Amino acid sequence: MKLFPRSVRRGIRVLLFSAISACPAVNSLHAANPIVVGSKKFTESYVLAEIAKRALENAGVKAEHRQGMGGTIILWQALRGGGIDVYPEYTGTITEEILKKPGASTDEIRRSLDTQGIGMTPDLGFNNTYALVMRRDIAAKLGIKTISDLRAHPELKFGLTHEFLDRRDGWRPLSTRYGLKNTRVLGIEHSLGYASLANGDIDVKDAYSTDAKIAQYNLVTLRDDWLFFPQYKAVLLFRKSLPQRAIKALNQLAGTISEARMIQLNAEAEHTKDYARAAQLYFGGHESSGGETFPHKLWRWTSRHLELTGISLALAVLIGVPLGILASRGGALGHVILGGSGAIQTIPSLALLALLVPVPFFGISARTAIAALFLYSLLPIVRNTASGLQDIPRPLRESAVVLGLTSRQRLQKIYLPLASRSILAGIKTSAVINIGTATLAALIGAGGLGEPIISGLNLNDHATILEGAIPAALLALLVQALFDFLDRVLIPRGLRLRRQ
Amino acid sequence: MSALVELRGVSKLFGNERAVSGLSLPVERDRVTVLIGPSGCGKSTVLRIIVGLEKADRGEILYNAQPITAASLRTVRQRIGYVIQDGGLFPHLTARENLSLQSALLAKPRSQISQRIDELCELTRLPKNALARYPLELSGGQRQRVSLMRALMLSPELLLLDEPFAALDPLVRSTLQSELKSIARQLHQTAIFVTHDLAEAARIGDTIVLMKEGRIEQAGTFRDLSEMPATKFVTEFINAQRSTLLT
Repeated sequence: MKLFPRSVRRGIRVLLFSAISACPAVNSLHAANPIVVGSKKFTESYVLAEIAKRALENAGVKAEHRQGMGGTIILWQALRGGGIDVYPEYTGTITEEILKKPGASTDEIRRSLDTQGIGMTPDLGFNNTYALVMRRDIAAKLGIKTISDLRAHPELKFGLTHEFLDRRDGWRPLSTRYGLKNTRVLGIEHSLGYASLANGDIDVKDAYSTDAKIAQYNLVTLRDDWLFFPQYKAVLLFRKSLPQRAIKALNQLAGTISEARMIQLNAEAEHTKDYARAAQLYFGGHESSGGETFPHKLWRWTSRHLELTGISLALAVLIGVPLGILASRGGALGHVILGGSGAIQTIPSLALLALLVPVPFFGISARTAIAALFLYSLLPIVRNTASGLQDIPRPLRESAVVLGLTSRQRLQKIYLPLASRSILAGIKTSAVINIGTATLAALIGAGGLGEPIISGLNLNDHATILEGAIPAALLALLVQALFDFLDRVLIPRGLRLRRQ
Repeated sequence: MSALVELRGVSKLFGNERAVSGLSLPVERDRVTVLIGPSGCGKSTVLRIIVGLEKADRGEILYNAQPITAASLRTVRQRIGYVIQDGGLFPHLTARENLSLQSALLAKPRSQISQRIDELCELTRLPKNALARYPLELSGGQRQRVSLMRALMLSPELLLLDEPFAALDPLVRSTLQSELKSIARQLHQTAIFVTHDLAEAARIGDTIVLMKEGRIEQAGTFRDLSEMPATKFVTEFINAQRSTLLT
């Protein structure tokens, strides 16, 4: 996701961080209490989470997978706060980033986690360390085999993930340790980085050693000759309050995935664009609880999308029209209402989501998405209601007054019908914007057509992006058409004559 | 006979502009009183003050010898019919809906409403098939007929007309003027008619009140004004318009 510059994204992450920790009971919209498995925003994390989910289900425990919630801090805080119950992590990340105890032993890690009510499975069987990778042909031409060889080439361009740029075991300490003087370093999204590497926009990037793309793009891993990177053994972190049955099922995954196996599963996931399918491969390929067909997925995304936009729009109409009526009377209150709803609109949508996550009752859920969409929908409705009412010609207003109608009768029988065209136009604008903005809901695990868009961005796969983008665009057109029809039903005929 | 409406020492300022200045005027029953004068003389403002669209800065307005208060305003309004230049018909309602709106909200029986509409159609010579049309589908003359009907729906004690025919073409205008005169006679209607056109005033008014800069210059019949002008301005105004009267 390159929607925002790095500084903004970091800000959002900090917000989410404080947010989730302030919010101990983050609920989902769904009623029952399945165990929630979270994952970070990259293929391997998705696959491991999917495997964990399947293992829980096989043990008879209800589980759901909330895909690609963000980076380490978000997942860790969500786990501690109870927003999620399980997520895949790496020992190096735990010591460096979470506990800030570089070089701690497994026992030390376990003890520290224990005090926070968090348990850790034994390692799953592979070490996915950080690595620097280059195109094989360029590395060969420059004679670069190890990270220390890079010192002789300060002209090389680095394209690093934002997480790696910030990590305690990331770029800064790495460059200090090896004495790398490269100044051309930019932050780039992980999957897009591979494409940039392939077409020569960058020369070096960070990768995970089990990344299927290393082979796919014909890259070489530079040897960490001064042993800078810690061990990154994959484990599952879980809340110790989980039922024993669930913990046992997770622990049974220990030592079952070798490095080669993981590369294969990652490749499968990226090849089929289907994480559930990769998990299925792990479990032996039979039975298809995860193998959802495309029409079924499309239905699930679309109905969730409509649910998010429909509820938020309905709320915005219920609140926005009365606010618009108040605002149309002008004065200080009118300024406050119009100014307030205008100010909300200027907050970038992603930031608005991040701002809402800390509020108790919201958290990481569909509720938050609905609240954000609701706030976004307000301005067009409030403003159009207010201006539609203010634009009613004075002679008509006065005629209504002089006829001796009460203010309620004037509003119901005269003013609102006269302003109906403008009010409906505002609602239509909100609805269409809403459909587009709702794709961001997937970022906080609320689902909808944003799900394939975000997976597609992760996989750098345009077809998957289009699976969400095209239905979203069609939905917007459909909604537009629906409102054109509603115009004919709801705008009194006498007002439509002008157009003919 | 006592006046139906009486203005006593009424003043109204718009910013620093004095629209109405210490004006006292009894409006007698069963007569058409015409307020005439150059534009900006405050004649429309007088109507707006009576019907409560403007609040007088000074003075009082008596209705049936009782001062109009905030509490009595709505009831008084229901006894007044008000017609403005472009009719003020609601474009989202048909002619019939415009006519029945007020009565329906006062919970009058449907049959009574529809009977009243039939009577008024006859009185104002509005073809019945026009009732189903929206204001934008009516001619200018028909629109003013419907406006007049709407004002007469509840048989008002007082009819206020603010240049109702000013935007119509001369032929339609002339027809409506004579029809209005005869309607007013038939109904013994008390009315105040605002115009800047002396010919119209002479044709319709029983009493003509000539105003200038928010004050009354002279009140009387057309003959009084033309034969015994009270001020130089009255002479000038009548002479200026008499030339158009003759052409």
